[in-house]
Amino acid sequence: MASKAPRPESLALLEKLVAALARRGLVTEAEIAERQAATERASPETGARMVARAWVDPAYRALLLRDGTAAAEAMGVAMAGQPPLGVLEDTERLHHLVVCTLCSCYPRAVLGYPPHWYKSAAYRARAVREPRAVLAEWGTVLPEGVELRVVDSTADYRWMVLPLRPAGTEGWSEAELAALLHRDHLVGVRLPSAGRPARAA
Amino acid sequence: MSAAAAAPPRPRFAPGQRVRVRAAYPERIARLHLRTPHYLRGRPGTVQRVLGSFPNPEAIAFQRPAEPRVLYHVLFDQPPVWGEGAPGDTLLVEIFEHWLEEA
Repeated sequence: MASKAPRPESLALLEKLVAALARRGLVTEAEIAERQAATERASPETGARMVARAWVDPAYRALLLRDGTAAAEAMGVAMAGQPPLGVLEDTERLHHLVVCTLCSCYPRAVLGYPPHWYKSAAYRARAVREPRAVLAEWGTVLPEGVELRVVDSTADYRWMVLPLRPAGTEGWSEAELAALLHRDHLVGVRLPSAGRPARAA
Repeated sequence: MSAAAAAPPRPRFAPGQRVRVRAAYPERIARLHLRTPHYLRGRPGTVQRVLGSFPNPEAIAFQRPAEPRVLYHVLFDQPPVWGEGAPGDTLLVEIFEHWLEEA
């Protein structure tokens, strides 16, 4: 995301804040640098790798659904100090959609920064009230008989969707499966497909 | 932010149990930080899972000592909440124990 250079006053204020926190022993500069690096490292590719592994490895799938935090750590993600991660399993009868109506809670540790639409008042209000209309605008129409479960991320957990493995991906490698996954699939606004590229239009 | 050192509280509700979100609107009389969506106040639901206990966010927000509170994943039928929607669709929401009562 393009951004303007910070104003000198802001930088001066930040420097004073960091110095005050360090003086009180609340946080060290090294800890701040480490968290900053982890935040910038976090990207939807991590979540995609987790889902792809769950599709090919039943033991990892079980771990992912039982303890998302441990499953992220098994992928090399530093989860210390991060909110616990929960993973929602889509089935032939049930599809999950994640929203945070109160603010913009998002599984940043495994998906990186939330997209702007996820933080918009429109998505936050409409995802709980008319979720099927919201999905239709993404071009997502659930097959007949599939129930929709909207997960409002209101408190201490962060939630990611484990979508159904698309038909036509039999025999694909874990890397090929990860490459067809996009952030939108892990929030639940779109369904992954073997025939469609991962990137959103 | 430091969690209270006391033993984690024992959950009052169990998975499968019917509960109701308190029909309370304390934000009308004081400036508060609440994590209970307005649209679910007074709504019946079913406890799906006990998520653990977490320092009470309503206290953290005002830098008061935050005792641990049990957090639940509660499942609600979606259409009755709005008077529209597809039958069978649901809402799954994290609700703290002090916002729940037996239904």
